[in-house]
Amino acid sequence: MFAMFGAGALLAVVAPSGRSARWSSMVAALLGTIFAVSLAALVLLEGHAWSLHLAGVLEPLGGVALTVDSLGAVFLGIVGLTGAPAAVYALGYVRSLDTQPRGRMIHAVFNLFLASLCLVPAAGNVLTFLVAWELMALTSYVLVVSDPTSDDGARAGLWYAVMTHAGFAALLAAFLTLAGGGATDFASVRAHASTLPSSQLTLVFVLAIIGFGSKAGLVPLHIWLPRAHPAAPSHVSAVMSAAMVKLGVYGALRLFFDLMPPGPGWWGGVVLAAGVTTAIAGVLYSVADTHAKRLLAYSTIENIGLIFVGVGFALLMRGYGYAELATMGIVVCLLHTVNHAAFKTLLFLGAGAVIHGTHSASLESYGGLLRRMPQTAVFMLIGALSLAALPPLNGFPSEWLTFQMLVAGVGQSASQLAILLPLAVAGVALTAGLAAVSAVRLFGITFLALPRTPGAASADEAPRTMRLAMAFPALLSVALGLAPSLVVPRLALVATDLGLAPARLNAGLALALPAVGSRYQPLLLAGLIAAAAALTLVLVSRRIGRRSRHADDAWNCGRLIHSPRAEYTAASFAEPLGRVFAGFYRPTQQIRIEVHPVSRYFVRSVGYQGTLAPWLEQVFYVPVVAAVRRMARRAGRLQTGSIQFYLALLPAALVALLLLSTWLR
Amino acid sequence: MRLFTKIARTGIVTESLPAGAADGVSLARDIEVRTRALFGRALAIRAVDAGSCNGCEIEISGLPGPTYDMERFGLHFVASPRHADLLLVTGPVTRNMAVPLRKAYEAMADPKLVLAVGDCAHSCGVFAGSYAVAGPVASIIPVDVYVKGCPPEPVQILSGILAAIGAVEAPKAR
Amino acid sequence: MEQPLVVALQALLLVALGPAVVGYVRWLKARMQGRRGADILQPYRELRKTFAKEMVVARSTSWIFHLAPFVLVASTTTAAMLVPVIVIGPSADALGDLFVLVALLMLGTAFLALGGLDPGTAFGGMGSSREMTIAALTEPTLAVSVLALALTSGSTSLGAITGGLVETPGRALGPGHVLAFAAFFIAMLAEAGRLPVDNPSTHLELTMVHEAMVLEYSGPYLALIEWAAAVRLTLLLTLAVNLFFPWGMARSLGPMPLAIAAASFAGKVLLLGAVLAALETRVAKLRLFRVPELLAVSFTLALLAAASAVFVR
Repeated sequence: MFAMFGAGALLAVVAPSGRSARWSSMVAALLGTIFAVSLAALVLLEGHAWSLHLAGVLEPLGGVALTVDSLGAVFLGIVGLTGAPAAVYALGYVRSLDTQPRGRMIHAVFNLFLASLCLVPAAGNVLTFLVAWELMALTSYVLVVSDPTSDDGARAGLWYAVMTHAGFAALLAAFLTLAGGGATDFASVRAHASTLPSSQLTLVFVLAIIGFGSKAGLVPLHIWLPRAHPAAPSHVSAVMSAAMVKLGVYGALRLFFDLMPPGPGWWGGVVLAAGVTTAIAGVLYSVADTHAKRLLAYSTIENIGLIFVGVGFALLMRGYGYAELATMGIVVCLLHTVNHAAFKTLLFLGAGAVIHGTHSASLESYGGLLRRMPQTAVFMLIGALSLAALPPLNGFPSEWLTFQMLVAGVGQSASQLAILLPLAVAGVALTAGLAAVSAVRLFGITFLALPRTPGAASADEAPRTMRLAMAFPALLSVALGLAPSLVVPRLALVATDLGLAPARLNAGLALALPAVGSRYQPLLLAGLIAAAAALTLVLVSRRIGRRSRHADDAWNCGRLIHSPRAEYTAASFAEPLGRVFAGFYRPTQQIRIEVHPVSRYFVRSVGYQGTLAPWLEQVFYVPVVAAVRRMARRAGRLQTGSIQFYLALLPAALVALLLLSTWLR
Repeated sequence: MRLFTKIARTGIVTESLPAGAADGVSLARDIEVRTRALFGRALAIRAVDAGSCNGCEIEISGLPGPTYDMERFGLHFVASPRHADLLLVTGPVTRNMAVPLRKAYEAMADPKLVLAVGDCAHSCGVFAGSYAVAGPVASIIPVDVYVKGCPPEPVQILSGILAAIGAVEAPKAR
Repeated sequence: MEQPLVVALQALLLVALGPAVVGYVRWLKARMQGRRGADILQPYRELRKTFAKEMVVARSTSWIFHLAPFVLVASTTTAAMLVPVIVIGPSADALGDLFVLVALLMLGTAFLALGGLDPGTAFGGMGSSREMTIAALTEPTLAVSVLALALTSGSTSLGAITGGLVETPGRALGPGHVLAFAAFFIAMLAEAGRLPVDNPSTHLELTMVHEAMVLEYSGPYLALIEWAAAVRLTLLLTLAVNLFFPWGMARSLGPMPLAIAAASFAGKVLLLGAVLAALETRVAKLRLFRVPELLAVSFTLALLAAASAVFVR
């Protein structure tokens, strides 16, 4: 598998022509992802782990060990299922860069990126994990800044690099604390961690939340996500959003449920609260944003929040001793991870197709693309309906299970959770409602009505490879929506492998919780909806066919011209919510009125500019950045420019190190 | 709660149509029997003000109220011409309203009827010959029923609508 | 084998009765306004007339415009299958529970919003935006009300909730029950588009929410949408009476229990419809940006209901 990715990277560099470089490297990537998915499926279906130890490599640091157990297999499968359509998509998407060396670089680095993404869930010891983590960060950084023409690409890359390395530092500290200087393979780490005092475990918990949370995108560590994902090429954004941020979830699950001993319940409470906050903040920003890919990046943050609701619930229930509820939390978390990977890949690939066709990324410049890009529109409709968590698509089963899990939690658990869990229910419900608004807005403003700019009026349909790439996650979304039982039993097995109680969940044609009697039957429901629609169509079709007339204009109150300027824009669609949540958005507006010099009653132009104040950054990050600048300035005083001073520094440093090592011994 | 005691005390105040209600109502052209049968018990009305002085509007606005209660005949106002069966036009059609009136008529779904209310709609009334007037309603869209008056009383307008759907007899206009 | 038949018949009953309930509420409001008004069957006549009219389709629309009314009708009808109307039975629960029902209603709303955006008119977009906003803000209330009901009955499935209340009427005496009903009632007003959230008979486009989305529809599509809105109101009224006051519902399929259940259902719906009509006569429509305050009140009531259900357990 890794040989495939390596070959892909190499081929990208050495292939004779740009076009053959693209084809050969992406085909290699595709084959690599297929290997990854097969390995994952093998592990999940057979039930025992696959491992490989390369003893000779990097022996003093512990060697390279690969182990794919059921938890890792789920995430490996997700990486493969996301990477495959992205590779096919890149065949059509990056065609324009064939003649430039930048194109080859993107293909090569993409292969390395996919390789590192496959390495992380397959890591069997600390060294492999951290090396793969860093490789993932470096390759994605290169891909984020790969577009020299975009203004914010460089700044996005800077934010991304700083935050991912800060997270890496936290992870390094956490792992080293857990390993405690002994062997670094996961089995020894597990053994050592169970001997640590609870204060050190709490420190590891905090460091892990910072490290994995910043990779996953928990608020307030999410700042890099809405900058980096839009700047990268669309197939890379799809993989980043659907696979890379999930590896933050993987790390959290691996640490909290596998490597570390069970912790107190308040850990779960913190994670649950962070999840709900992230979900609401993410969806609120996604409703208000007008950049197609940034909107989807915020929506990723929202879904990561929902996934962490599952993780937090599992931790909480395990801490209070309710084992079966903890299992449900794991199942919900993993199911939503899989579902989100499917529809987010689809949405990012679709957004990329739209940007490719219209040469604009702003929602305000789209409109009427359903006629110009009919197949992309169908795929995006499936993606948008999944995003809105509407039955019978795949966003709904995981949301339904989340509600059932929380209701069961309130019903069966201690009364000190009686405030937290109902608030979590309310938060998840609000998120679901707002996600529906965001989805309707995304699809409606982009594809419906009349084109708002000439670019949209002359947009081209995406090339065939891009459409083919979108078909796969679309089919997956529909399949997972109609038959979530295909994956739920395997995910429940992951929970038992982690040492939790078996789930009381029936997953046949329907998802059912036998203990409480709640059921959800997606296939039958979808069949009934389709049957009702067909019956209505049959009853009404005679009337429609016979008596129907096409009018030139929609009824617009008799105005002379039906202009696209009168349509609702993306900003206006979100305006009522902007008013309701004005305390969160802190919007500012500037109105400039230009009047005729003769009389101020003749207005020549009115300019309106509205912005959302980035108060999260101002509260959390601006002070940190200012402090770092101050420290750097003070440290800069060391640069006196005199050679004697620099030479004197060398023995001073040597003496200080000798004293330090004596003191430490 | 004072509202509900007042409601109980007031009771039903709807008046039945008096004898001379159909004065001033005349049919401009024959209305199809099929259309009359379709609209006999339920009719959706869209009112267009094509430059009127609002005298007719004030009379029309009394129709949904308790005294004249158009709903008991199955009539109701709608906001969009796409939902409407009858177009109720007032005013001499001013130049600015000529195209919108035409568009409102064309936006309606078949079968449809037009009722011109007031002397202005019939023959431009006191505004005949003005520079701002494009012509009576019949010069813009085909009219089915006229209700003459300046302004006509609400019962006359109501009778005009009922004549359009065949619930009341009315003579042919000359 | 009779269970699917029972489900289908109950759904058919709701679908058939929808316009009658709307006509009843209209008739009551007319009487309260001091006028005679049209009789209860008037909505059926309007639907029959609208079906027979021609349909005008603008060229700026797409297949979404055609798809939306069918998805709306289909999702509302499927949601009607989940509601226990006369018979308490586990049969409907084979499909889904209360959360599934709320999601099906949201599916219909989302497609109607897309159908409103499609013609590219300003009012269509306005209606879609407002409707989606109100639907999103109603979700937390509905979810926490379901939670409150589930805590007392142990499950979110409709059969369990209604059956549990019929068997142990004592559960209804707690404060949580009344609070949950009040919260659900306000959420129902928002979902069904009634005063004070939305005026179903307004002609001023700037005050419209639901109407504005359908301004472009005509002919059979318009009739389908109006019918679906009527069924939606009936469905929500039925939920309100049967989830909170289910006594009288039949537990078996004998003629006597069915007759009693039908009579009690009719009586309860007539009563709640009268309350709705009186409320609509008394209050004026809220300004759009005050509606979230009303929904926040209903959310607080629901949260109190859930908390009391936890502590009283």
